Amino acid sequence: MELNVVTKPEEIMDIKEIIKPENLVYQKSELLNDDIMHYCPGCSHGVVHKILAELIDEMGLQEKTVGIAPVGCAVFAYNYIDIDWQEAAHGRAPAVATGVARVNPDNFVFTYQGDGDLASIGAAEIMHACNRGENILVIFINNGIYGMTGGQMAPTTLEGMVTATTPNGRNVDLNGYPMKITNLIAQLPGTSYVTRQAVHTAATARKCKRSLKKAIQNVLDKKGTSFVEVVSTCNSGWKMSPVEANKWMDENMIPYYPLGDLKDSVKGEHSEN
Amino acid sequence: MAKVQGAVVVDKEGCKGCSLCVEACPHDVLALHKEVNSKGYHYSYMSNPDACIGCANCGVVCPDTCITIYRAKAS
Repeated sequence: MELNVVTKPEEIMDIKEIIKPENLVYQKSELLNDDIMHYCPGCSHGVVHKILAELIDEMGLQEKTVGIAPVGCAVFAYNYIDIDWQEAAHGRAPAVATGVARVNPDNFVFTYQGDGDLASIGAAEIMHACNRGENILVIFINNGIYGMTGGQMAPTTLEGMVTATTPNGRNVDLNGYPMKITNLIAQLPGTSYVTRQAVHTAATARKCKRSLKKAIQNVLDKKGTSFVEVVSTCNSGWKMSPVEANKWMDENMIPYYPLGDLKDSVKGEHSEN
Repeated sequence: MAKVQGAVVVDKEGCKGCSLCVEACPHDVLALHKEVNSKGYHYSYMSNPDACIGCANCGVVCPDTCITIYRAKAS
């Protein structure tokens, strides 16, 4: 705790007068435990975990929430949020979530997956879970890279982006095009709410929280699958500082993966896209 | 003078020095300390506490949730 109290003119309140319980504006959610996250400094995972914990807490869902942890950096998500979790094999989180949601229809079930997990090895599972319109929430963290394994190319890696396996940048003739999997999922009639958000600034993080809240409510109302993509950074994999990574994401990722709602309806209705 | 005054309390040991809060602060209140915590990170602190309005932007963007924010009406 660094208070740095110095002598001030009289009209400015002493900092100790401000730090009182009645003046509290923002604090760590009670659902987040005291473990220090293993994520690299500045990683977007921490912000998404925090938003999720705040929403589950605010909506009173702690006792009925089951999270499905992926394989990827978020594999240890169960260490940080104090709810029930189930670990899934790589890419199979939507299949596990289907089982949990069907056996316990009153539970709120969500998967938390990265782009290597969801868009590559788990592409079949996510497509079919969304097509069946399972009552689950899918949180998709898209940072354009395989973060945990050392920064290899993912399906969502941008054209020309340098990764460990594309040292000269992604060549579309050789490696194909970056996949906008959220746009594909928005076409499926089983989905109810499909959106793409980011958490790199305070404004986008607050907006992401509103979208996630709506997505959770849709699942509770049994409207079908809700899908929230969060365009994220991987500053370690991108070999940048956290602040540079946010800037790079703003300039390169967001033009290709534009933010906003892609679909907002109920299960069974076709998207207008 | 601002009508409200804020205060930021940083959990020094939880901070990883990513400086996203420093960037997010609209009034340049926060900075990274020249000292490090037990993990070797330069932790965030209020270098200019008088300018804080308690907007909570720093807390919202902090990936490690180590920021608590207070706000009071200026006397």
